[in-house]
Amino acid sequence: MKEIRIHGRGGQGVVTAADLLAVAAFHDGKYAQAFPSFGSERMGAPVESFVKISKETVRSKTQVHKPDFLIIQDPTLFLGVDVLRGLKKDGLIIVNTDKKPEELNIKNGFRILTIPATDIALEILGRPIPNTTLLGAFAGATGIVSIEAIEKSIKGRFPGSLAEKNLKATKAAYKRIKE
Amino acid sequence: MFAAIEGSLAVAEAVKRCKPDVVSAYPITPQTHIIEELAKMIANGELKAEYVNVESEHSAASVVLGASATGARAYTATTSQGLLLMVEVLYCIAGLRLPVVLGAANRAVSAPINIWNDFQDTMAARDTGWIQLYAENNQEASDLHIQAYKIAENKDVRLPVMVCMDGYLITHSIEPVRIPSKEEVDKFLPSYRPEHCLTTKEPLTFGYLMGSEGYMETRYLIHEAMENAKGVIEDVAKDFSSVFGRFCGGLVEEYRLDNAQFVFVSMGTMVGVIKEAVDALRTEGKKVGALKIRSFRPFPKEAVIKALKGAAGVMVIEKDVSLGSAGALALEVKDTLYGLKKMPKVKGYIAGLGGREVLNETIVKALTLFDSDVKEPVFLDLKESVEGRKYA
Repeated sequence: MKEIRIHGRGGQGVVTAADLLAVAAFHDGKYAQAFPSFGSERMGAPVESFVKISKETVRSKTQVHKPDFLIIQDPTLFLGVDVLRGLKKDGLIIVNTDKKPEELNIKNGFRILTIPATDIALEILGRPIPNTTLLGAFAGATGIVSIEAIEKSIKGRFPGSLAEKNLKATKAAYKRIKE
Repeated sequence: MFAAIEGSLAVAEAVKRCKPDVVSAYPITPQTHIIEELAKMIANGELKAEYVNVESEHSAASVVLGASATGARAYTATTSQGLLLMVEVLYCIAGLRLPVVLGAANRAVSAPINIWNDFQDTMAARDTGWIQLYAENNQEASDLHIQAYKIAENKDVRLPVMVCMDGYLITHSIEPVRIPSKEEVDKFLPSYRPEHCLTTKEPLTFGYLMGSEGYMETRYLIHEAMENAKGVIEDVAKDFSSVFGRFCGGLVEEYRLDNAQFVFVSMGTMVGVIKEAVDALRTEGKKVGALKIRSFRPFPKEAVIKALKGAAGVMVIEKDVSLGSAGALALEVKDTLYGLKKMPKVKGYIAGLGGREVLNETIVKALTLFDSDVKEPVFLDLKESVEGRKYA
């Protein structure tokens, strides 16, 4: 089983990202469970969501405490939230930032990958919602879900042109990571 | 339909296939998504039913009461304070023997206000005469709704059914769920044909004044119907499994009880966490197992005795508490096992109130504390930092 925890702020599509990822894993023929942390989901407040992807049925309805992967939608969360808690030693952190990994000052030896997802989203979507862009990066970096499955998942969630724009952003990030 | 969808949506899809004639509900978190979906289905013509907007849960319950009394199949859903507000009418629905189905998205009760999951709300409706079934996961929550109408409308039962599902953990989580086709459900669930209903052609009175000459018998008859429901719940679960290929227990589900010395007893999604814990403890050589209570009302005494009679210790872990006494489920289990020749020792634990997460560690702690002399009910995972004093 692979466990993913997504950190962001209310309004950044943190919950939607988990939903899209779980549905994508399902399209890949896997079992997936997703839910948000049921806390203060106000605009701007720190929000978390959880995804578990497995070949087997996931029975435990628990949050993700020992993630294999972290997706950080807002790098300012490093300042106030213990986003790294429980991350496995060989875990991977994907951070939405225009900085380089070494500029983030994370000294625990974790693998870090950075991508300016907000910039990409602003350019393509015209809105600073980085979730689908980060999913493209996640697919590219981990291979846990296929980009085709993410595509299907996004098409199932958003109507016409919104889906197309999100897909464009997702693929841009995927390509960028793959290169 | 096989899809990764939200639990609430899976429930709404199941309810749609049961073809209720009337849906009435008042939105309240975490039930909202279920009735939003149903309202949408009715508005766009996918479900030919009447959706009655109301100003409170008391009215919603009254609407489904009235609808059911006219012979319509009726559905409502609620949670927490909303369920508490319905309670007066819930007694009437059961007393009138109306097969209403209610989806209860289990949530804590106020005060302090807390919108997260536990079972204190449905436990407050324990004695209303409603059948109460508890779901472990999204699939079961969806399936139970289809089974619920068949149980409720059985002529030997004719009682309303509450499908209890952990708020958020089921209603707001995404999991792959199989939902049968309309045709399959039609085959499984015949349309509702009441023996008596309110019509202008043959006027009847329901629930008229009944004094000491007969009231007690009406209560006895409900109790008898509950007893009948035990067999019906088992039969419907088997029936369901033969048609749809899924079985997750009848009145109870036994999990790894072979030569189990210590057995965890619980309901709802906590059972999933317990099953994982049992597997882990078994690999350490600990002889443990689990018993899932699917039907809390009627309480399946016979099935519980059968499952637990060989055990040395029973740990009942539940998300509710009868303040000043113990957990409601622990009381049932103790009452059920009392008087057995080799009576297992039973310990009651309270966990997960107000959405506090129940983890593998919580379950293991219950086992660790089993032989301790800590006072019952044992509150698991209490925070010393909140109360400023030491707990077990």
